[in-house]
Amino acid sequence: MVTLSINGKAHTVDVPGDMPLLWVLRDVIGLTGTKFGCGMALCGACTVHVAGRPIRSCVTPVAAAAGKQITTIEGVGETPSGRKVQQAWLDLEVVQCGYCQSGQIMSAAALLASKPHPTDADIDAALAGNICRCGTYVRIRAAIKRAGG
Amino acid sequence: MARTLSRRTFLEASAAVGGGLLLGFSLPVPRRVQNDRFAPNAFIRVDRDGRVTLIMHKVEMGQGTYTSMPMLLAEELEVDLSQVQLEHAPADDALYAEPLFGVQETGGSTSVRGNFEPLRRAGAAARTLLVAVAAQAWKVDAASCRAERGEVVHGATGRKLGYGALVDKAATLPVPRTVPLKDPKDWKLIGTPAKRLDSPDKVNGAAQFGIDVQLPGMKVATLAACPVFGGKLASVDDSKAKAIAGVQQVVRLDDAVAVVADHMWAAKQGLAALEVRWDEGPNAKLSTADIVRQLAAASQQPGVVARKDGDVAGAMAGAARKVEAVYEVPFLAHATMEPVNCTVHVRRDGCDIWVGTQVPTFARTAAAKLTGLPRERVQVHNHLLGGGFGRRLEVDFIIRAVQIATQVSGPVKVVWTREEDIQHDMYRPYYYDRIAAGLDERGRPLAWSHRIAGSSIEARVISQLFPKSLRVIRAGGVHRLGAMIKGLDLDAVEGAAEPPYTLPNIRVEYVRQEPPGVPTAFWRGVGPTHNIFVVESFIDELAAATQQDPFQYRRALLDQRPRAKAVLELAALQAGWGRPLPPGSGRGISLLHAFGSYIAQVAEVSVSKQGDVRVPRVVCAVDCGIIVNPDTVTAQLESGVIFGITAALFGEITIKDGRVEQHNFNDYRALRINEAPAIEVHLVKSGEAPGGIGEPGTSAVMPAVANAIFAATGKRIRKLPVKEQLREAKV
Repeated sequence: MVTLSINGKAHTVDVPGDMPLLWVLRDVIGLTGTKFGCGMALCGACTVHVAGRPIRSCVTPVAAAAGKQITTIEGVGETPSGRKVQQAWLDLEVVQCGYCQSGQIMSAAALLASKPHPTDADIDAALAGNICRCGTYVRIRAAIKRAGG
Repeated sequence: MARTLSRRTFLEASAAVGGGLLLGFSLPVPRRVQNDRFAPNAFIRVDRDGRVTLIMHKVEMGQGTYTSMPMLLAEELEVDLSQVQLEHAPADDALYAEPLFGVQETGGSTSVRGNFEPLRRAGAAARTLLVAVAAQAWKVDAASCRAERGEVVHGATGRKLGYGALVDKAATLPVPRTVPLKDPKDWKLIGTPAKRLDSPDKVNGAAQFGIDVQLPGMKVATLAACPVFGGKLASVDDSKAKAIAGVQQVVRLDDAVAVVADHMWAAKQGLAALEVRWDEGPNAKLSTADIVRQLAAASQQPGVVARKDGDVAGAMAGAARKVEAVYEVPFLAHATMEPVNCTVHVRRDGCDIWVGTQVPTFARTAAAKLTGLPRERVQVHNHLLGGGFGRRLEVDFIIRAVQIATQVSGPVKVVWTREEDIQHDMYRPYYYDRIAAGLDERGRPLAWSHRIAGSSIEARVISQLFPKSLRVIRAGGVHRLGAMIKGLDLDAVEGAAEPPYTLPNIRVEYVRQEPPGVPTAFWRGVGPTHNIFVVESFIDELAAATQQDPFQYRRALLDQRPRAKAVLELAALQAGWGRPLPPGSGRGISLLHAFGSYIAQVAEVSVSKQGDVRVPRVVCAVDCGIIVNPDTVTAQLESGVIFGITAALFGEITIKDGRVEQHNFNDYRALRINEAPAIEVHLVKSGEAPGGIGEPGTSAVMPAVANAIFAATGKRIRKLPVKEQLREAKV
């Protein structure tokens, strides 16, 4: 049994400790906003916050997240940086297919929480791990700047 | 001035389930077919509470149809965009066929092109009826009433009635056969940027893609197909897999094996624990080099003629100078961010499919065939697509999921790992092109000869439909039917058969050569993505061969094509064509006329001493006719440019020992934010018919980048991707 605190709510799940957090969120708890993209921490679609830091949940064993505050896309709007990022995403019409955007928003929200006014280089460093095949990068950059403006 | 329909349009109203006005609209089709069967291609529903529902026959994969289609309807129905709700249409070609294809399909940059008139007509017909009902109620002339924001207003008295109060009566009225459409100058929505209706759910995790389906009792499966194309499953030892907690079942198929489990992690672990032996079959030694050798040989043979104007041989013989080249483009995977997946529940009396698909009726037909159920017992529940790019035009993965589900009790979600998604895609074909031009003394092309060798996607797709579907033949028209009979793949030559330039003697041929075992499919930009690269690179070669500026060289050949010339000039102007760039940098230009749109692009590249290419800036000039949602056009250009640069610089699927050599995003690279250019999109105001916009940005950027590399380094890119080519050149 593992107890997880997700978006401020406790969940006790009967899963092996080495099971990646991604599959616990999606297939056991039913929080499907966090996406599967590559399974190897190559694309960032599965990004969530554990203790405020962005991590790739597809390679993070659930045991490593136990007892820590986990924030997913479903809960990030409750944080100041998450709320700002979501609004900027809407203002600038960032999304296209939308599949990678949960991960993009989680990476952006973590960036803004640590650097309220990020530079282009900060954005490159924080978001280079998030692939978008629709190519929304131009707007992602602009939206992060707007959220941090 | 309102205009009436010049073509016959038939509309029919009936009472909707639960009350309300249900209005279908049909396309102008031959009379005998109309008599045979009423064939509406979409439905509007106006409920008693005034809510307007558009039953969407198009799918949303990022391209913005969930906003542009409602805009068309709302414009004529006189409702706010926010008043329109969407429902996924069920799978039904008779109701929802795409006018340009004859089947229910979202692809080929057709949604706005195909539905621009029909959806407005449907909205206008509904509005006309609602106004008539209100006028009757007030006992006034309908002409003294107007519709606005979901209400009918009597101008003289200011009386108002909401649509909801009018629908019951409206449903009993005969539908007008000719409907006045608004004058474009009165448009409130068309041409004005509208917020995407799908955005809110996509920023908070609520959006439901196919992979997000959750059903009571649902299992999750993942699979391994034979790594060698065309191979079979020989044997499986599943004893270790079955010992893993959460693993429920191992499903054996002819050429694949799947593990069914309580969740994806158990399924993945179970799959890894299987001891599988494959019978690798006839392609066990196949490599990309074998395929290229076959293509090169095929390209020496005469092909089916796609275009023949003038006397190419004679003009070539008399030319002052001849330029020849061979171009090659690789196999490409789609690599949608949402790996392919499909959830299926097969029962004795029916089959339900939850999936994101561009072709719901193909899915339905395939499932009916596999399960032996009648088509009407197969329900396709369509979802948002986490990227399409052509991948979800295919039903191979749906067939697989149904095959697995027939052996599973209860619903099962089949999810491909990224590795399986990349190694068992259906690939953009490898094409091998021979192209030549004969130039006059001033360097102008007198003769143009282009022979394309490659797989025919159309032949495969059409063979699955023909001759069963009269609808497809009708949509394709005599032209396509004729091409089909003589073996010409119109998609494979699109963008090559009709270059926009003045070419007095031109011959374009197609040679079909299928790669053994490798399945091929459409990929964003389809034929033009390959052909525009070749044509626009080669035109650049001709300019270079005669020491002419590549922009001016093209411009001089466009006197007959004012729209093409205008976008070319606009792109050059906005890009600062001719302004000096630092050493190691260069600008490249390209021009595209495809999908009913004209696009010119200027790419700037910088090439490092080590041979690494960066693309810092891309300028696009677009004339896609009447624009429905300008922000969508801009977004699709940005998207297409990034997608195209990814392919131009990195995109390549290679085959060794019958297997795809790439696995995941580590070796099948995608452009990342730190590598993405600044992109400027300049829209030309136009009253021409709307053109497609989902794909051309991808097709146009590849030659722009390749030509910029030539400008920067003097190295001509005749084979994609660029990858290590400049590094080799430096060594």
